[in-house]
Amino acid sequence: MDGQANTMAVSVWRGDAEGGAFQAFEVPLRESQTVLDVVTWIQQNADPTLAYRYACRVGMCGSCAMMVNGKPRWTCRTHIERALKDGGLEIAPLRNLPVIKDLATDMSAFFDKWIAAEGVFRPSKTRADPIEPVDPAGAMRIDASAAIECINCGICYAACDVVAANADYLGPAALNRAWSLLNDERDQGQEARLAAVSRRGGCHNCHSQQGCAQFCPKSLNPTASIAGLKRETAKNFLGRRR
Amino acid sequence: MLDLRLYMLQRLSALILAPLVLGHIAVMIYAVQDGLSAAEILGRTQGSWAWALFYGLFVLAVSVHAAIGLRVIVAETLKLRGLGLAAFTWLVFLGLLFLGARAVYAVTAA
Repeated sequence: MDGQANTMAVSVWRGDAEGGAFQAFEVPLRESQTVLDVVTWIQQNADPTLAYRYACRVGMCGSCAMMVNGKPRWTCRTHIERALKDGGLEIAPLRNLPVIKDLATDMSAFFDKWIAAEGVFRPSKTRADPIEPVDPAGAMRIDASAAIECINCGICYAACDVVAANADYLGPAALNRAWSLLNDERDQGQEARLAAVSRRGGCHNCHSQQGCAQFCPKSLNPTASIAGLKRETAKNFLGRRR
Repeated sequence: MLDLRLYMLQRLSALILAPLVLGHIAVMIYAVQDGLSAAEILGRTQGSWAWALFYGLFVLAVSVHAAIGLRVIVAETLKLRGLGLAAFTWLVFLGLLFLGARAVYAVTAA
């Protein structure tokens, strides 16, 4: 890596919901360069019509996920050294989501499924009530903590083969969110939540392939959360309330 | 594709199948090692309520378990949905149940 001298071959998917094709670019290699830097360089120096999405650039907002050499990655925190294949990059929109334009996908279905999975806090108290103490060492809080750092980037959704095979499947992120709320002692919507994740397209469709856990940039394990949901819904089915 | 009801049916049928499969394998090894002829085997099974119940339950559990398993594979690989998927599931269930019940009847009827 010696500044501007060397370049890399970058293949970027261009198109919309109707279809498209990969377009080749030569991008200068730089030190500590991320995949998002590469996309931004193309947009600023080669083709200003390139559409992509990002916001924070520091791995907090979950906006910039794309397929990089066939794998879902958070592009702002993926150094090209880790992603380069045969000295090149292939950058495409996230899998399992409809494309709006180029690298920007329509994430509506992804977020609609969060709601469908009851991934919404249902408070049992009002703001007038005193704050309910939650024991940080409690079993439920430990389960919630393990699942709570999701940044909604959609990488697990893109990595999931069940989502690819079954468009109705709620997906790892929505079910992981449902699991973290199921372990929230302040939430009163558990019956509706268990019912929501038990419908067709619910947690029982997971094949435990763990693509979600493999690619989650926050190192969460949605498969474990989904296994928890399967366990709790089965207990509920057999009449053993938690 | 799979809701809680089908998931539980598949898990519970697996729970029933596990000991029955082990029993079935044990019986096969026993029969082969003892060099039992077909007539001798039929002599033991025909008119036996115990064997009819053992293999009857086996067939029922297999029919439920396989129908749900194949339903998922067909839905995910062939994208079969709705009425077609329901029809396929029931057809596999009833087909296996019919074939299995016929075999159990043939071996255990007095």
